[in-house]
Amino acid sequence: MTRTTGVRPAPGTILAIVLGAGLPLAFVGVFFAWPVGAMVGRGLFADGALDLGGFGEVLARPRTLRLIGLTVGQAALASVICVLLGLPVAHVLYRLRFTGQRMLRALVVLPFVLPTVVVGVAFRTLLRDGGLLGPLGLDGTFAAIMLALVFFNIAVVVRTVGSTWEGLDSRQEEAARVLGASPQRVWWTVTLPRLAPAIVSAAAIVFLFCSTAFGVVLVLGGTRFGTIETEIYLLTTQFLDLRGASVLSITQLVVVVAVLLVAARARGRRTAQRRVAAAASARRPRLGDAPAIAVTLLVAAFLALPIVTLVLRSLRTADGWGLGNYLALGGTGSRNALVVPVWVALGNSLAIAVQATAIALLIGLAASLLISRRPRSAGLRRALGGFDGALMLPLGVSAVTVGFGFLITLNQPPFDLRSSPILIPIAQALVALPLVVRTLLPVLTGIDSRMRESASVLGSPPWRVLRDVDLSIGWRPVLAAAGFAFAVALGEFGATSFLSRPDRPTLPVVIFRLIGLPGGDNFGMALAASVVLAAVTVGVIALVERLRVGTMGAF
Amino acid sequence: MQKRNRIIGLTLASALAVGLAGCATSDSAADGAEQIVLVTHDSFALSDGVLEKFTEQTGIEVQVQAAGDGGELVNKLVLTKDSPLGDVVFGIDNTFASLAVNEGVLENYASPQLTAAEEPYLLPAGSGREQLTPIDNGDVCINVDHEWFAEEGLAEPVTLDDLVSPKYKDLLVAPAANSSSPGLAFLLATIAAYGDDGWQGYWQKLVDNGVKIDAGWSDAYYVDFSGPSSEGDRPLVVSYASSPPFEVPEGSSVAPTGALLDTCFRQTEYAGVIAGTEHADAAQQLVDFLFSVEVQNDIPESMYVFPVNALATLPEGWSDYAEIAENPYVIEPAEIDANRTEWISEWAAIATP
Repeated sequence: MTRTTGVRPAPGTILAIVLGAGLPLAFVGVFFAWPVGAMVGRGLFADGALDLGGFGEVLARPRTLRLIGLTVGQAALASVICVLLGLPVAHVLYRLRFTGQRMLRALVVLPFVLPTVVVGVAFRTLLRDGGLLGPLGLDGTFAAIMLALVFFNIAVVVRTVGSTWEGLDSRQEEAARVLGASPQRVWWTVTLPRLAPAIVSAAAIVFLFCSTAFGVVLVLGGTRFGTIETEIYLLTTQFLDLRGASVLSITQLVVVVAVLLVAARARGRRTAQRRVAAAASARRPRLGDAPAIAVTLLVAAFLALPIVTLVLRSLRTADGWGLGNYLALGGTGSRNALVVPVWVALGNSLAIAVQATAIALLIGLAASLLISRRPRSAGLRRALGGFDGALMLPLGVSAVTVGFGFLITLNQPPFDLRSSPILIPIAQALVALPLVVRTLLPVLTGIDSRMRESASVLGSPPWRVLRDVDLSIGWRPVLAAAGFAFAVALGEFGATSFLSRPDRPTLPVVIFRLIGLPGGDNFGMALAASVVLAAVTVGVIALVERLRVGTMGAF
Repeated sequence: MQKRNRIIGLTLASALAVGLAGCATSDSAADGAEQIVLVTHDSFALSDGVLEKFTEQTGIEVQVQAAGDGGELVNKLVLTKDSPLGDVVFGIDNTFASLAVNEGVLENYASPQLTAAEEPYLLPAGSGREQLTPIDNGDVCINVDHEWFAEEGLAEPVTLDDLVSPKYKDLLVAPAANSSSPGLAFLLATIAAYGDDGWQGYWQKLVDNGVKIDAGWSDAYYVDFSGPSSEGDRPLVVSYASSPPFEVPEGSSVAPTGALLDTCFRQTEYAGVIAGTEHADAAQQLVDFLFSVEVQNDIPESMYVFPVNALATLPEGWSDYAEIAENPYVIEPAEIDANRTEWISEWAAIATP
């Protein structure tokens, strides 16, 4: 309302932008861009001279082309499936009101934190000849990989879209209905456009996760399938073919940037909208919700099947059914398989995940608040768009490249962190950061900027505007993001295994160690530990969901 | 100006983050004791108190840093040659020893306590003997589910040749040579057995006979193998000679699985001093300690491999189930290093079309 054109931005705005951008940029720069750049540089500079001949040679290999095609294909297909299945689930879990809802919301996130190697084994137990789903003949097929990718990533769509959806004012839909629009028409013209930014965000994240999927593809695809990621891993760790790995890393980067650009374009114009308390938008289920509820039940069954397999198997011991595997968690496994008891590892995991969540929230919030602003200069707007994209990159680049990059860059003061324990939460935060930003942004950008302007005009200092407008509207997604970041950090294995110290392992690292040893007791313990990891995660997320209801009105 | 408040907030936030990073780095520099870093693979483990004894004896503190498995470990050392990851490395095996030596990541030091009795484990002169001290060894062999074969009334296979016989069609599962270290060891066993020109034909026959290739060891062992703690229906799996003892039920003396000792490839693991260390003397003492009887006696129960020191004793019961191949297949480390990439590519073309 008070918006006038042609006014120069106040000097304070520019300073805030510089600082708000500075922290996230420094973080991503030091812990992501620099290590990746150094690794790629090693591959491209042979004996001090730039050697681009590798591009032609590596990209001309038929295997490379096939892998690029497979990577893009499976990530795109998995994103589409996740959105199609995730939307009805988000509707049921975030727009309707029924008992057990919070538990279901937490359960959906479960797969996200389960160690891929354990899920891989659980899936293959179901799919192999003679398994429960053996007759479907899916073992080692493309469909098996697809099932697993959807299993792991559907939570991204449900939570990202859900946290936006629950705050949408349902009176717009009701008004349209009263005016005679069919439910379909309401969906296409009223609801979907308002959800679009969140959907595109979620799809982009799923795409990035899937295009760098590693363990699942390796375990379930057998050796017939692969991705750019698995190839980079093999070239780097097994053959030290840095040239080949660099070329593929750059290819991966190009694909990821292209996807991010498409996503940014598709997110399109931001629409200002009023957000309401979830209680106001949620309603009891009606007959019209039956299809969505059916899909939700199907998805729930699909998510539960491998988990139930896991739980049942964890209760099986050498002497029949029992809690033996769980009791064993207090020890260090048969023949001292572990350095520390599993409970100690769980404690390590929790402590590290809290640190990682704090880092990811701090940086993600600073970045989101900044990106959600709409500077008047087109140049600044474009810069913010680019900044937004840069924060997403860590999801789309090979963990192997980042990890090896750490080794060759973070080795001198002031960043002599190679063997420092702080590197673990930092690496986990790097993975969680894009999720935090993508969860917060759709909500923060949805805030009508006139609210901030009115608050300012009425005499609120900027920090009060921040508190009373941005945070009072955005605190739900902040908590959602915190729970999500925590879950990601808790389950993170790739970077953690790369950095963790043997005397202070995390739970996923311990699980990986147990499942790598022969013997029924160790296998049973690995499964029991996975169930514990899953249970703790569900518990934490459920707690966060409850907490946010408890603090309602505190702002 | 009111905007300033916001800026102060952001400045505080960044200060907090820097502080967080700062306090974490300072705890690595400890009190006056000399500290060295042992870089090793993910499976490194010793019983409680063993490394502490080393600290008691020498005043040197050891920090253990895991750096991935087999090839990954060596490749990390190569990559960080200019700024070493640590002072001592343990876990370089004979399949990657030549690479480490040729890339110059190791100082010239082998434990003076080595005797003629350890000769079989030593690397050839000029190709690792001067830099690497053998610490342990283990065989990668086909494991067999005795119960399955007894129930079927089928004689168990004995040799690599048997595995391609139609009698044993669809019974073997193996981890892939390009993503698993026992998988690579099994490939090397077949190369040693059938020679440069023969192994491709052998693998073609294995594929025609229905061998199943999984990505990793866990997958092959727990999902597809039919052993007592596994889910699958294939009674033959590529694993370690030390795996069968784990399957012996408590209170029983009969092992339900066994290793086919004519199908083994021997992996020997070495320790060495990392080039560029500033604690050369302490590092050498640690290498000696790893070879000492104290550690060697602890190795079987902590890492499920055999000690190399002739004076070491095996734990009770260990030798009953865990057997050692008398004539394992071997290939010179230098030859492995020269051909590894090509072999794996050729293998992938045959086994994972």
